[in-house]
Amino acid sequence: MTTTTKPVNQKAWFLILPVLVCVAFSAILPLMTVVNYSVQDIISPERRVFVGTEWFAKVMRDSDLHAALWRQLTYSFAVLAIEIPLGIALALSMPATGWKSSAVLVIVALSLLIPWNVVGTIWQIFCRTDIGLLGVALKGMGFDYNYTGNATHAWLTVLVMDVWHWTPLVALLGYAGLRSIPDAYYQAARIDGASKFAVFRYIQLPKMRGVLMIAVLLRFMDSFMIYTEPFVLTGGGPGNSTTFLSQYLTQKAVGQFDIGPAAAFSLIYFLIILLLCFVLYNWMQRVGTADKEVVR
Amino acid sequence: MARIDLDLAHSYKPNPKEDDDYALLPLKMSFRDGGAYALLGPSGCGKTTMLNIMSGLLVPSKGTVLFDGVDATHTTPQQRNIAQVFQFPVIYDTMTVAENLAFPLKNRKVPADQIKARVAQIAEMLEMSHQLDQRAAGLSADQKQKISLGRGLVRADVSAVLFDEPLTVIDPHLKWQLRRKLKQIHHELKLTLIYVTHDQVEALTFAEEVVVMTRGRAVQVGSAEALFERPAHTFVGHFIGSPGMNFLPVSQAGDSWQVARHPIPAPVGRTLPAGDLRLGVRPEYVTLAEAGGGGALPVVVKQVQDIGTYLMLTAAIDGCVIKARLPLEASAPNVGDTVWLRVVGEHTCFYKDEELVT
Repeated sequence: MTTTTKPVNQKAWFLILPVLVCVAFSAILPLMTVVNYSVQDIISPERRVFVGTEWFAKVMRDSDLHAALWRQLTYSFAVLAIEIPLGIALALSMPATGWKSSAVLVIVALSLLIPWNVVGTIWQIFCRTDIGLLGVALKGMGFDYNYTGNATHAWLTVLVMDVWHWTPLVALLGYAGLRSIPDAYYQAARIDGASKFAVFRYIQLPKMRGVLMIAVLLRFMDSFMIYTEPFVLTGGGPGNSTTFLSQYLTQKAVGQFDIGPAAAFSLIYFLIILLLCFVLYNWMQRVGTADKEVVR
Repeated sequence: MARIDLDLAHSYKPNPKEDDDYALLPLKMSFRDGGAYALLGPSGCGKTTMLNIMSGLLVPSKGTVLFDGVDATHTTPQQRNIAQVFQFPVIYDTMTVAENLAFPLKNRKVPADQIKARVAQIAEMLEMSHQLDQRAAGLSADQKQKISLGRGLVRADVSAVLFDEPLTVIDPHLKWQLRRKLKQIHHELKLTLIYVTHDQVEALTFAEEVVVMTRGRAVQVGSAEALFERPAHTFVGHFIGSPGMNFLPVSQAGDSWQVARHPIPAPVGRTLPAGDLRLGVRPEYVTLAEAGGGGALPVVVKQVQDIGTYLMLTAAIDGCVIKARLPLEASAPNVGDTVWLRVVGEHTCFYKDEELVT
């Protein structure tokens, strides 16, 4: 209700100027360059032709790209379907206090500290059927395992590698969520006679919702942009079986120098990620806040 | 429904040696079936420890807990059939109010129609009937706490309902309502209720019997009146009442008493045990007397506060502070004046080594 008139002061604009400059150089200008490329055919550095939406139309009809997109979607959802439940299970089974909890935390976090390309190399050696532990073991058990020749094996190997690499992140986030539940909840549940499953279903899972939402978003975005690990492990093969979107894009842009279509596709890729994250985020928010809206 | 007998001690340390190592010093206590009790004491006095031992969340390091005469020391809360309400509201976020209230019954496989009837009854008592289908997560803190209370009360066959400072998070004006509600529910359901609090008003209005605790010891068990009129321990005198009891040194010297080094004639028919005693008198029973009046003490006025319905006089005699509650009509003395106060009467208690002697 106060009607105090504030003095007009435009100096505040200067304060956000540094941020504007940073964002412009780090995000807006590069993105605009891509937009610029996507509507031109660059024949040589001196000759360029404006082509409008032609590249977009071409990219949309590209059947290789469709295949890569489906591969990517299946892969990302497989990653989520495995890593989230597995991460929760890990978080639940980690000790809560004492030196054991510190030790387990360090061990669990180890794989997160390894650079992507090293992870790829580790698994490349790990899975080799002549010297790799996993490859030799699978061979020894009578499986005809060969990730360099068999498309299914390659796809599964990349998936298992991602699970190995990133499930600990979900576990750590879930662990943090679990530790923030006050003891009174567990005591009340004991007194209410709740089973172990009921405690999980009605206390632990709802209380972990926030961190799990972050975990789902992080894992989705990361897996949707996966590049280095399959590049090192399989190089996208055999055939196209592990060529995910970002690798397809790199082939186009850097390998074939099709900068126009690559730029058009980058923009589409960007929009897909934005859209999916938006949908996921809103859906999970809805699940969480539905309770609050009902009351009003 | 059960009678609970405690004969135990508890220490959180493995090898307790001195009194300070104990969270609960050895004690014996009985809680009658269907009674309303309060455990009252300052923070850290052991009241929550005692409650958790009764509920079975904690096993005492020594001694036993009996439920209806049967040893229940090592049984779980479920086996004891205890309900407990905690300081902060515990609700199941994803459930509705009705589902929250039904949860303890559902876990015990009570038939659905019985659950429905009981939940409706409890909701009615808590005045939450119109909210049964709402999500519990969006409610205010006091409504959440009402759900917690309801979950405690919903089981008809419960041995006892334990409350661990349940109204801490509730607004003062709602505290009154909820406390009245609890008392009314106690009348209707005839459950054994044990209520932990550090708020004397809460304890005295809620409970039929109050257990006053300090430093791991239960110093007095009694009704509100007994705690007020005859505190068995100087701590009870201090802790109950606002302000607490006045204490002055007193000793017998021939025919007269030395109260704070001021001689007064000994009242007829009252003799004091030998030794250094302390005289305890509630500010409510301290009265103004004429200057030099028999049995009165000269005190120097330090402060006079108008509390609205009475005057609170703070005065000093021989280094001891004495407070008196005077009627508003009394002509207010000025700070620095000497006034005479009568402290010995039928309500005066005497203490030796902190314990009541006469």
